[in-house]
Amino acid sequence: MTQWFAAINPQLLWAVGGVLGVLAVATIAGLVIKLVVKTPSAQGTIDNLNKRIRSWWVMVAIFALTLAVGPIGSLVLFGILSFLALREYITLVPTRRADHHTLFWTFFLFTPLQYFLLGIKWSGFVIVIPVYAFLFIPATMALAGDIQDFLERAAKIQWGLMICVYCMSYAPALLTLDIRGGYGPDAKLLLFLVIVDQLSDVLQYVWGKLLGRHKIAPVVSPNKTWEGFIGGVLSATAVGAGLWWMTPFTPAVAAAMSLLITLLGFAGGLVMSAIKRDRGVKDYGTLIEGHGGILDRMDSVIFAAPVFFHVVRFFYGIL
Amino acid sequence: MSAHPLAGVIAGAARFVSGVQVVWLGSRPQARQTVYFANHTSHLDFVVLWSSLPENLREQTRPVAAQDYWESGLRRKVAVDVFNALLVPRGREGAGGQNGASARASETIDHLVLGMGDCYSLIIFPEGTRGTGEEVAPFKSGLYYLCRQKPGVQLVPVYMENLNRILPKGEFLPVPFIGRVAFGPPMAFDAAEPKADFLARARDAVCSLRQS
Repeated sequence: MTQWFAAINPQLLWAVGGVLGVLAVATIAGLVIKLVVKTPSAQGTIDNLNKRIRSWWVMVAIFALTLAVGPIGSLVLFGILSFLALREYITLVPTRRADHHTLFWTFFLFTPLQYFLLGIKWSGFVIVIPVYAFLFIPATMALAGDIQDFLERAAKIQWGLMICVYCMSYAPALLTLDIRGGYGPDAKLLLFLVIVDQLSDVLQYVWGKLLGRHKIAPVVSPNKTWEGFIGGVLSATAVGAGLWWMTPFTPAVAAAMSLLITLLGFAGGLVMSAIKRDRGVKDYGTLIEGHGGILDRMDSVIFAAPVFFHVVRFFYGIL
Repeated sequence: MSAHPLAGVIAGAARFVSGVQVVWLGSRPQARQTVYFANHTSHLDFVVLWSSLPENLREQTRPVAAQDYWESGLRRKVAVDVFNALLVPRGREGAGGQNGASARASETIDHLVLGMGDCYSLIIFPEGTRGTGEEVAPFKSGLYYLCRQKPGVQLVPVYMENLNRILPKGEFLPVPFIGRVAFGPPMAFDAAEPKADFLARARDAVCSLRQS
């Protein structure tokens, strides 16, 4: 614990302070634009933008507070986010009456277990869901005795657990990494991932609104454009490179890592959007005003976190 | 009378478990005598519906629950003492001969009318029993006879979605799906309309609020 408090160092405070500064500027800009624009459609866009900014304050506050508590804070936060994300996912996916017990254990055994294992730093967190839940789910479903669409149902539950719990848990798993050269354990890697990833989402949105012409995936995600994608990825990568001082990376490596995070984040957004379109909904939930549900906000982190974790562990970790 | 202190706690817990999203489609919560009638799929139904109402309307709203299930022990405490529920015998249509059944039914209606007085609203589930959530069963006649006795009350259809997935019939462990409670536009009652037509129309009004 003392080690942790020692780790709340100036760099972390600078990073959080920087985020708060950007938010403050965005808030003021939003209020000014609101006064300037006249057309109803532009008013609608700016109202939504201001709602999003207001939600960002809440999200940043919660995230910063849990970081300050220590690894337990982040594990509990991401555990709750996983639970809520899984709930949004399962609500959207057709299940049958016979899946009830399987789903119960999915929520109340495997989800907490994944984060508990991370908490005790047992490397078994890597296999519990891909192997044991993978076998447990069809076994309990077979016992329940309903064969209709058996494989589809089992696959959908397993997929949700992989996405909402397993992949998401790799973000706080960064706190368990032992980095060479006396860098960690430290919250800054997690903060770096989240800043670059979320900034990339925001900048893709901003560039898309400003310059967006050519749709990148009209069927899956009608609002994504090439202009938004390229502008967002490049500018988020540039900012990520500029944040090298809070990581064990050189500026060039920080840029490469940021590029990796933004590209995977983009893939995550597309995949989770494809599921929404298939189910005929616009958002996964209504929990975060202006943004939608937890999955609408976390889709990019879910895809970026495991790969970022593995790359960092391979090149910088004490294996 | 103000609501039992535990009612708020239980209602909050039920809303948390059901993550319920409340929408008012073509109607607004109004402080006047209302009969909320809804589909029925889970033991959570009346608690969740009650807790979906704005706080100022809750204490004026009494759920109607089946006597055979809710009368014993702890259940009775929750239903009657905490939520001020009206317990009624379940209509077993046809049982005990036509006359016996209709005599009991009219006793039940009198009981509801008495329970409403001139200030209480009611929550009723006209299917009479919990369904699987896939189909809404035909409505029992009670809603119709109640309206004949109290023609001035507002009739609001409600559709409750996913509660059967959270806590289906025969389970006691909940799975945290996100529920949805949709309040529809108030429905008019016309004493000249035949009973079967009215009941079919009421059922359609509930089903039309279904999202998926």
